Amino acid sequence: MAIEKTYAEINEKIKSGKAVVLTAEEVIGLVEEKGLTEAARQVDVVTTGTFAPMCSSGVFLNFGHSKPKMKMQKVWLNGVPAYSGIAAVDAYLGATELPEGDPCNNNYPGEFRYGGGHVIQDLLMGKKVKLEATAYGTDCYPRRELETYITLDDMNEATLFNPRNSYQNYNCGVNLSNRVIYTYMGVLKPNLGNAHYCSAGQLSPLLNDPYFLTIGMGTKIFLGGGIGYVAWNGTQHFPEIQKDAAGHSYGPAGGTLSVVGDLKQMNANWLLGTSFLGYGVTLSVSIGIPIPVLNEEVMRCVSVSDRDLYAPIVDYGEAYGQRLPSDLGFASYAELKSGTITVNGQKIPAAPLSSYPKAREIAATLKEWICKGDFLLTEPVKLLPSYRDGIQSKKLEIRGL
Amino acid sequence: MAPNKIILRFGENTSDQPIIYRLVKDYDLVINILKANVNPNKEGTMVLELTGEKYEEGLGYLRDQGIRVQPLAEEVFRNEERCISCGACTGICPTHALSLERPSMEVKFDSDNCIVCQLCVKVCPLKAMEVRF
Ligand code: SF4
Ligand code: SF4
Repeated sequence: MAIEKTYAEINEKIKSGKAVVLTAEEVIGLVEEKGLTEAARQVDVVTTGTFAPMCSSGVFLNFGHSKPKMKMQKVWLNGVPAYSGIAAVDAYLGATELPEGDPCNNNYPGEFRYGGGHVIQDLLMGKKVKLEATAYGTDCYPRRELETYITLDDMNEATLFNPRNSYQNYNCGVNLSNRVIYTYMGVLKPNLGNAHYCSAGQLSPLLNDPYFLTIGMGTKIFLGGGIGYVAWNGTQHFPEIQKDAAGHSYGPAGGTLSVVGDLKQMNANWLLGTSFLGYGVTLSVSIGIPIPVLNEEVMRCVSVSDRDLYAPIVDYGEAYGQRLPSDLGFASYAELKSGTITVNGQKIPAAPLSSYPKAREIAATLKEWICKGDFLLTEPVKLLPSYRDGIQSKKLEIRGL
Repeated sequence: MAPNKIILRFGENTSDQPIIYRLVKDYDLVINILKANVNPNKEGTMVLELTGEKYEEGLGYLRDQGIRVQPLAEEVFRNEERCISCGACTGICPTHALSLERPSMEVKFDSDNCIVCQLCVKVCPLKAMEVRF
């Protein structure tokens, strides 16, 4: 008989301490040993994890009103501008924002030592952050200038809201050019000197739900060491199935998530300001998503291993930046993790940018929360678009009226 | 006489003179090669202990060959609290002093193999690699 479980049934088991929870790594062996049906019968929840730089991240802040009040028109936190084209003392601080006057790449490659992501980490560490604001002054908001120091506790709200996180899969970056390049995929040496990839592979949340059968709007997740929720699909959500020129399928490609959560209950060990030489600043974000084993199809999805998952190999020396097609094939995560891949017949060293040990720790922590009965699963209010929706990426054309 | 620890850095175009031979023969220096990472037509490094009367002259000769000479007073270490084992440094470290352990995928730092090139200090996205003087 086919196995079917509901969210309510699984939550009852979690509450009574009877739920069987495995990480996406542990479940691979169980399925190999017992088969899909038996594994789906035994296991209720599979936990996933990822900890990597995720640039489309940031935090909505509300500072509270000064006396006299002020309609903050321009805002800086430790010298880093935050967007304040919203209500009076609200602002959005983006992870990749740089301080005013940062030398950027003027002294190439720039160091990018501090930015929005680092301010977020400083706030989480309880540090006092310098808040500066200017405004034009109105009858209701007379103040035109302020400078003060503020902590996370002093604010009314600090809501982490990341428009594009948790990429389903990501490129493996290489460099075909003859000079060293500095990218968001790290330092890539000339003439295929090295390769960088950035995914937890078999532990990665969206690689374990390739068809978006369970993860949707409202899914409760591990976010930044605390609790968060899936708010929507992420920007650039292209959940297609990647194929090579001959039409062979290489598994899921580019789904993304938009996630939200209260920054005040997150933890500075799990949201880290990050600097990429010659590229810029960002935030390393930790995300763990529980997947309810509703049926055998879900179990089949979560049992994938690094051998079954592939990253497209992309040339960042020219093809990526110039938006040219790149046909360097695919590398499986098993090959990538072995430390050597073959590109154009050449063996090259491969290194990760995404911490697999931390991904494992996130999946294990989430498992522990669920086993203790502290963390119940939420049924999505709305599922996200999948490959069936045939979403195509749109390109920006440069043209006149 | 105490030996001097120094690092030699070779550019891609450093002449292919037999420098060690010359240091011994022409400058009468006692040489202990601690680490070497030299490949033809590539940038390379060598860590040496040098002892002898004509030490300064020997260094002058090395500089004339286009080799950068640096005293080994600095040390690179890893701030364990900051490192998240992302791996970004492992493809950049020329001596594999920073390397991935498999299958755990933890990044290990073996300071014995470090030649203090400081590439990791620039590259580490979490600023976990630090220089100590
Ligand atoms: S790049 Fe930095 S954080 Fe990443 S493994 Fe190396 S030392 Fe650790
Ligand atoms: S300084 Fe860093 S990159 Fe250079 S050898 Fe030492 S560990 Fe490797």
